[in-house]
Amino acid sequence: MRKPSFTTVMLILGLLFLYLPMLILVIYSFNASRLVTVWAGFSGHWYIELFRDQQILDAVWSSLRIAFFSASMAVCLGTLAAFVMVRFGRFRGKTALSSMITAPLVMPEVITGLSLLLLFVHMAQLIGWPADRGMVTIWIAHTTFCSAYVAVVVSSRLREVDLSLEEAAMDLGAPPVKTFFQITLPVISPALAAGWLLAFTLSLDDLVIASFVSGPGATTLPMVVFSSVRLGVSPKINALATLIILAVSLATFLAWYFMRRSEAKRRQAMQLAMQEA
Amino acid sequence: MPALTSQRLRRWLKPRRGWVIAVPLLWLTLFFLLPFGIVLKISLSEAAIAIPPYSSMVDFGAETLSLVVTFGNYLFLMSDSLYVSAYWGSLKIAFVSTLACLLIGYPMAYAMARAPAHWQLVLLLLVMLPSWTSFLIRVYAWMGILSNNGLINNTLLWLGLIDSPIRMMNTNFAVILGIVYAYLPFMVLPLYANLTRLDGSLLEAASDLGSRSVNTFLRVTLPLSKGGIIAGSMLVFIPAVGEYVIPELLGGPDTLMIGKVLWEEFFNNRDWPVASALAMVMLALLLIPIALFHRYQSRELKE
Amino acid sequence: MTQPMTLADTPAQARPANEALASSGKSSRVRKEALMEIRRVSKRFDEVLAVDDVNLTIRRGEIFALLGGSGSGKSTLLRILAGFEKPSEGQILLEGQDISRTPPYERAINMMFQSYALFPHMTVAENIAFGLKQDKLSKAEIRERVAEMLKLVHMEGFAKRKPHQLSGGQRQRVALARSLAKRPSLLLLDEPMGALDKKLRTEMQLEVVEILERVGVTCIMVTHDQEEAMTMADRVAIMSDGWIVQVGSPMDVYESPANRMVAEFVGTVNLFAGEIVVDEADHCIIDSPELGRRIRIDHGISTPADERGVWVAVRPEKTLLSRERPEGDFNWTAGTVEDIAYLGGLSVYFVRTEQGHLVKVSLANTTRRSERPSWGDAVYIHWDERSAVVLRD
Repeated sequence: MRKPSFTTVMLILGLLFLYLPMLILVIYSFNASRLVTVWAGFSGHWYIELFRDQQILDAVWSSLRIAFFSASMAVCLGTLAAFVMVRFGRFRGKTALSSMITAPLVMPEVITGLSLLLLFVHMAQLIGWPADRGMVTIWIAHTTFCSAYVAVVVSSRLREVDLSLEEAAMDLGAPPVKTFFQITLPVISPALAAGWLLAFTLSLDDLVIASFVSGPGATTLPMVVFSSVRLGVSPKINALATLIILAVSLATFLAWYFMRRSEAKRRQAMQLAMQEA
Repeated sequence: MPALTSQRLRRWLKPRRGWVIAVPLLWLTLFFLLPFGIVLKISLSEAAIAIPPYSSMVDFGAETLSLVVTFGNYLFLMSDSLYVSAYWGSLKIAFVSTLACLLIGYPMAYAMARAPAHWQLVLLLLVMLPSWTSFLIRVYAWMGILSNNGLINNTLLWLGLIDSPIRMMNTNFAVILGIVYAYLPFMVLPLYANLTRLDGSLLEAASDLGSRSVNTFLRVTLPLSKGGIIAGSMLVFIPAVGEYVIPELLGGPDTLMIGKVLWEEFFNNRDWPVASALAMVMLALLLIPIALFHRYQSRELKE
Repeated sequence: MTQPMTLADTPAQARPANEALASSGKSSRVRKEALMEIRRVSKRFDEVLAVDDVNLTIRRGEIFALLGGSGSGKSTLLRILAGFEKPSEGQILLEGQDISRTPPYERAINMMFQSYALFPHMTVAENIAFGLKQDKLSKAEIRERVAEMLKLVHMEGFAKRKPHQLSGGQRQRVALARSLAKRPSLLLLDEPMGALDKKLRTEMQLEVVEILERVGVTCIMVTHDQEEAMTMADRVAIMSDGWIVQVGSPMDVYESPANRMVAEFVGTVNLFAGEIVVDEADHCIIDSPELGRRIRIDHGISTPADERGVWVAVRPEKTLLSRERPEGDFNWTAGTVEDIAYLGGLSVYFVRTEQGHLVKVSLANTTRRSERPSWGDAVYIHWDERSAVVLRD
């Protein structure tokens, strides 16, 4: 057997480093004991507890709603921004736009959160809106930083799309707006789906920005988890973590499976066409 | 007739193009750029017991318009060693974490880029998957592992290697570990993207010309992956400087990080002007790294 | 700039005999009336002139090729005609209407793209129907037209396929069908054979011409491949540095190149610098130190007295090789065979002259093996006084 190279060993160790803590979380979610660190037999008890916790269930529901609407809006805005950046050539404000797309990717959350809150307070003073902070303000905040991620995902795909596809559509008589909806959007649809999913998980995951801009009415899941975790380790959170990890893994696996299948189909069709010719 | 239609169409389209640009530009200006202006404004005003808790800069007192600008908040930050050491601590911890991420992430990305093609997607998904689960929960996972009666200490005690638990929780070490753990995927991703684009024949050419593998790595691979290194490092360093959750959950009383200080200033002391000044100074410190990241990113997008 | 207009529209030397030869079948449908007029069109990108004051008239029914190297401006000109670029100056008239400012989707011009640009999410039939749908044709009409187009390009069995399920040649047929479906008054072809391998290329060249003939559409194609332009086109325009150097039938540009650039770009050529010493009505004599002898040409060239320096161009297939010293005092020199390139149908001899120049001579291999000059042999090269062409830079 060949000796594995240093980088391969590092890759394996790195993956173990990434997955072991999550695995431990999952294992201890089935622990009967309240003490998370002592194993006291297998039990599904904490899952039942979790589903009895109305506060968590409410938070899950609001988080899902916010994430859904934020991701959807972010896909619209981000796609528009990406299209403008990639396809519009030069225009005034391009540098500003490109800076405002990349900066949110790295901007520390406390700064974004604080600045947005102060904006909302100011707006409330000046124009009386938003009177209450809550779902809507979180939605705006999440849409803003998620659309930056969507723009990056979509623009990198858009750059790969042959410009002559869109030119061909216009050449055949489709005006620009029609070309965008009939050609550009369908061709980049996998990137739109990827961008939406990314935005959805980002919104679901955000604690800091939501904490700043939310009001008394809206509590998201990370806020509930955080207030519980701050007090120490809780097996109920382990159960929740397990469900989250399970959902994400399942979604990733499905995405991978369908990608692989369509890729295999595609390759087969191409081979067939070559043989015929 | 066609000339007329086209003219009308052009007139109709021209502002259209403008609108299409305006929508994302306005949204981001309103909700991303403008807020910084407001933060700046509030950082220059005085704290007050009011709702909102700061004094207005512009006053219509006694029929005269007065503009009150105070640099007091900034002077206050300079004079208090707590803030200075919090900034310093943040930069130090972020730097060490970034370095650790790079040292772990680079070989990982390299191995991924050199893996057989059908493995690459699987490996990429495996590296990215943790970042799609919950950040908070991944940090939380370490609490159960590192605490005094946590998994590591329990195991070591049980094995009889130590007599009393080692203190790992609530230390700077725990914070660095947490940051490395949470941000590692963001380091690997741009490095991998960069290294897959590296033309394999360049390496073959180097070895054909008599270069040994270490030399090839230092002279060819490393310089060519500079862009990926910068992007990955900035993706870790910048958010890490302002990190709140990790120092809050894993750090101890001696862990001074600016994100946590800002949070406490804002939520516990309700001192909005000082919190704003803290944010502005942090932004100023991060301006160069952000510009660096932006330059790389826009070059990446141009290719 | 000199006046490209005169250069472009009148071939250097009109030869009625060539015209008659060129119109062998395929140009029979070409009528003299103009379909498109390009008037003084220029395009500037950041102060770089990509297209420089181009004038062209495209006749109804002809296949016209824009031939040039990369960066010659041919693709930019094509994109201006399609409407993807607006000309910085000048006018484009299609059937008498100025379309310079008309957007691409309102022009009765369709284009076949180099990459074919088939919509990957649509079937072959949907691709062909796309343009018709934009014209709001009825469903029945669209179905009928799509079937007709599929038949035209011999792709009847492939209507339901997606582009990735087709081979390169099939994709090209679909792209052609799609661009013809709207019955455009002008068809543009951008490097039509660019994405095909060499063998398929020659096959498709003839097939595409055959289809275009059958439809009778006027066509402008852009190519960097002179063979392709010569095979497919009725007329060729040679472009260089954004302007049109010469327009004419393939034979015109090959046999009577307008200048040195055209001679070198279209085919290979032997060039000798020289100075005109005699210029009469029926002949002229050029003194060429490069040849070491004088060159005699069978016609006068009436040059102004201050422009005596010229180039004499002789094609390799019109340069003759012999072991015996040619008779007379003109058009020959001695040399040795330095290299021989055997190309199957013909062989190219590289002869180093006594003056140190390398001259190419091609000989058709009409017999399988025969007594031929070999490496290092002393030979003479010569040519007929009707074979050489006088050129300027």
